Amino acid sequence: MTWEPVIGVEVHVELSTRSKMFCGCAVDFTSPPNTNVCPVCLGLPGALPVPNRRAIEHLMSIGLALGSEVSSRSVFHRKNYFYADLPKNYQISQYDVPVCRGGHLDITVDGETRRIGIERAHMEEDTGKSTHVGLGGRIHAASATLLDFNRSGVPLVEIVSRPDIHSASDARVFAQELRGLVLELGVSDARLEEGSLRFDANVSIRPAGSTGLGTKVEIKNMNSFRSLERAVDHEVSRQIGVAESGGELVQETRHWDEEAGVTHPMRTKEGSSDYRYFTEPDLVPMTFDDAWISSVAATLPELPAQRRSRYQEVGLDGRQAATLAESPPRIRQVFDEATGLGADPTAAFNWLSGEVVSHLRRAGLESEELHLGGAELFELVTIVEEGLVSATAAKEVLEGVLTGEGGPREVASSRDLIQVSDATRIGEVVDAVLTANPDAVAGYRDRGEEKVVGFLVGQVMRQTQGKADPRVVNELLREKLASQPGGTPATG
Amino acid sequence: MTPDGPTIVEAGRRLREGKTTAVALLESVLDVAQLTEAIVHAYLTIDREGAFASAAFADEELANGRDRGPLHGVPVALKDNMCTRGVETTAASQILGGYLPPYDATVVTRLRQAGAVIVGKTNLDEFAMGSSTENSAYGPTFNPWDVSRVPGGSSGGSAAAVAIGSALGALGSDTGGSIRQPAALTGLVGLKPTYGTVSRYGLIAFASSLDQIGPLTRTVEDAAVLLEAVWGHDPLDATSYDGAYPDPRAEMGRGVDGIRVGVVRELSGEGYEPEVETATANMVDRLAGEGAEVVEVSLPSFEIALSAYYLIAPAEASANLARFDGIRFGLRIPGPTTEALMSATRAEGFGPEVTRRILLGTYGLSAGYYEAFYGQAQKVRAAIRADLARVYTDVDVLVSPTSPTVAFEAGARVADPLAMYLSDICTIPSNLAGDPAVSVPIALDGRGLPIGFQVMAPALGETTLFRVAAEVERLAGFTARPVIDLVAS
Amino acid sequence: MPVDVDIAYVARLARLELSDDELETYRAQLGVILEHAARVQDLEGDPHVEATHTLGLENVFRDDVVTASLSRDEVLAAAPEARDGYFVAPPALET
Ligand SMILES: [Mg+2]
Ligand SMILES: [Zn+2]
Repeated sequence: MTWEPVIGVEVHVELSTRSKMFCGCAVDFTSPPNTNVCPVCLGLPGALPVPNRRAIEHLMSIGLALGSEVSSRSVFHRKNYFYADLPKNYQISQYDVPVCRGGHLDITVDGETRRIGIERAHMEEDTGKSTHVGLGGRIHAASATLLDFNRSGVPLVEIVSRPDIHSASDARVFAQELRGLVLELGVSDARLEEGSLRFDANVSIRPAGSTGLGTKVEIKNMNSFRSLERAVDHEVSRQIGVAESGGELVQETRHWDEEAGVTHPMRTKEGSSDYRYFTEPDLVPMTFDDAWISSVAATLPELPAQRRSRYQEVGLDGRQAATLAESPPRIRQVFDEATGLGADPTAAFNWLSGEVVSHLRRAGLESEELHLGGAELFELVTIVEEGLVSATAAKEVLEGVLTGEGGPREVASSRDLIQVSDATRIGEVVDAVLTANPDAVAGYRDRGEEKVVGFLVGQVMRQTQGKADPRVVNELLREKLASQPGGTPATG
Repeated sequence: MTPDGPTIVEAGRRLREGKTTAVALLESVLDVAQLTEAIVHAYLTIDREGAFASAAFADEELANGRDRGPLHGVPVALKDNMCTRGVETTAASQILGGYLPPYDATVVTRLRQAGAVIVGKTNLDEFAMGSSTENSAYGPTFNPWDVSRVPGGSSGGSAAAVAIGSALGALGSDTGGSIRQPAALTGLVGLKPTYGTVSRYGLIAFASSLDQIGPLTRTVEDAAVLLEAVWGHDPLDATSYDGAYPDPRAEMGRGVDGIRVGVVRELSGEGYEPEVETATANMVDRLAGEGAEVVEVSLPSFEIALSAYYLIAPAEASANLARFDGIRFGLRIPGPTTEALMSATRAEGFGPEVTRRILLGTYGLSAGYYEAFYGQAQKVRAAIRADLARVYTDVDVLVSPTSPTVAFEAGARVADPLAMYLSDICTIPSNLAGDPAVSVPIALDGRGLPIGFQVMAPALGETTLFRVAAEVERLAGFTARPVIDLVAS
Repeated sequence: MPVDVDIAYVARLARLELSDDELETYRAQLGVILEHAARVQDLEGDPHVEATHTLGLENVFRDDVVTASLSRDEVLAAAPEARDGYFVAPPALET
């Protein structure tokens, strides 16, 4: 039997606000432990939460970018569970009335675009950080836990996909696409190594072609795109193995062991998932009216998907549009300016994705340091079209522009790269070359050797140090060969 | 002895007439405490040093013409569930023994800004859970009117201190009647203001949607003085009201002519002591005699208010008290794992009533029971609000006894939690509604024990509430003070 | 009839390590209290319940502004166990 994996991904995104979700402590992961803490984020007796408006607006931005519906009314809930790094032993989170519902994110794999549904996006607070020390430092062998509450109360958005993903690699691409989106929105640093982006996955399998849902297993502790893909991959194989050997899958939570490359069942006590959600009585409801929603919508930047379709509209193909849509802002800016001035989109794209990117790479520069404006790219494309410089010479022109020698026309002339297209001057060189190569001329004239033309063009180009316009050279050569004494080519 | 200390208003007058000083006022309340604490046990902590420093500073400011208003230089007490920076705050629990908060509750900051002298922290039922102040990990408080009886609770320490004169006024907190019921049982005025008008920041939470801080004082006017000092919008409390506040004094002294008074039918009958019912009925008659339009009203949902309360309050408490886990502060009983440590610490640190309510609240929220219990209780709460909204189109205030009984014997209800819970039957509806309510002493029963009369008003109805309360006070002419047999100690 | 409560389960959820005797006492007490509390089910009608503040407060937020944190020394002074600027707890699971 063939099996189809059914995967849903939950992504936790730490927002990059200045202060925490419910108190004024700084969001700063470089501080020494327990220095960005106060009664609220330490859960001291008597302290009360007050929500950060900017964090809520960041969540609205994410929702709007995903095409979610922003609820007209939303409330916070308490999610009750005991854990040493959860100071109040409840997390302020959202339950049945999240801020954002629905929406989707498109992912493109091998040129094929798939739409992944979004279930919801809600607001919650992060926990503190536990460091397990002692024998080996591994969680099962720890002898003590060191607790730092600097991260406690940092605003966290949880985005839950629908179970629309059917391969481990798509799960990875979904997560990567989501990372791109929050970076684009400027709402999170999305640094995986700092844990500001974290993933859980819900995995089940079903016989290919069926539509039911199998027993769902939740896997946790993936901290990179690679480990998300590996963990899902492993879990799918494990489930298929169990199913095919006649075993029964159990609904459970499993922990991804990065080193061993396997998932383990989490050691949890019975009842630990009874979260006893109830409305957070320390907070009042949030309401979102059209004015607020549209004021947040107005601050949204253009998103990758929107850009992709815009680039296709101006004439790039799907692959080019996708590449450019994911390029750094500076590159896109140069493209937009150049094409705005009238540069051919494909030519502009080719320059940027080819020569410009490899120049940056060679020089070890960030795209922000690029020494090329939209007007200069437009000029470069134009002088190639006009035949002022050859395609080969144009690369040299760009090189000069990028190293600060001046604008394209300026560089073309100072580096003496301007193409000669004056027929009289080229004609003189052609005559000289024909005179110097009588055998070649005879080969063409008597035996119709077509390759001779290429050879002679090469000779002319060499004589002119490549500055002659090849089209003009070709035309003149054929013309003069045809009128050489001794008649017409045999092939006539 | 019989306390003879001044009211807050009298003390303020004497201070400004130069007849006393803040230090002298403080010395006199400390003298009372010295004589009575062994018998009454109103305080958990007396902050002599801090209190003398603020009294001396208050005298200096007053001498220099800096007058912070009617509380300036007046010695007051705080229920020990309000955080005081660097001064032990225990909520009467073993689990917080020795705890020194790193910050002041907003009400504490406001009292200091008003120039009040904070004498110390008063006893309470552990985490404010109880109606007798017998559930304190540090021993019970006794009623100054009869030290074999309870002072009510949970703000029993604050009530006893003001009744005996070891503070001129005090703050309590009221979740289901914890200010009004002890006020009634100790012959004081006790006010629960409208929910959201006094900041809860720094109040160790019992049930967040019900808790409200308020004053216990000897007179209605004193209650206004304390209320005005502490209420007002606080950006640190997201449930704090940020609109216009009523003026509690605006109509005080105008009598009750034309005021529509509703007598709540459901708050009478079985379980109510005859003398309490008689005193209540007499006061209603006298209000009518002053021109009030008295009608009997029915609020059927009040019958099940107590049941709803004993699901909602413990549910919120079960989460609010989860932070007491032995990790960041307070008691720790070691264990091999975090879970073992937490479970051992909590079992050891919480007393039986707190444990009982945590279990009750946890059960009511747990999978499979939420809808039938907590969810249904919220519906009752909504029904109570709807009932009240309907009734308040016809009346301005509602009245009832504050407590079905006068102060009961210490130990009498300890073994029967349900009987204890019934002590709050008259006071709970105002908490569920979020409305203001006040208890005013109106009489002594045949045994010389005080009886309280409750006036309830709609949210932000403090102007009318104080108007009626002041008239009740005038009509009752209640001037009795407890007599303590110091030799009995 | 008293409500039958799985008291051991509830105690574990609440992180309360109680003896068998204590569990039995609380089981009996909760049964009686819940029998009384179950009267909430007698409510007539089905009122619409929304979490609302008495005074109808909505949309209470703070600006995204950093305010002073506590001093670490003061914070850790209240801790049962601290080391190198951290709070210390035993491992999450039995080692
Ligand atoms: Mg979450
Ligand atoms: Zn903080």
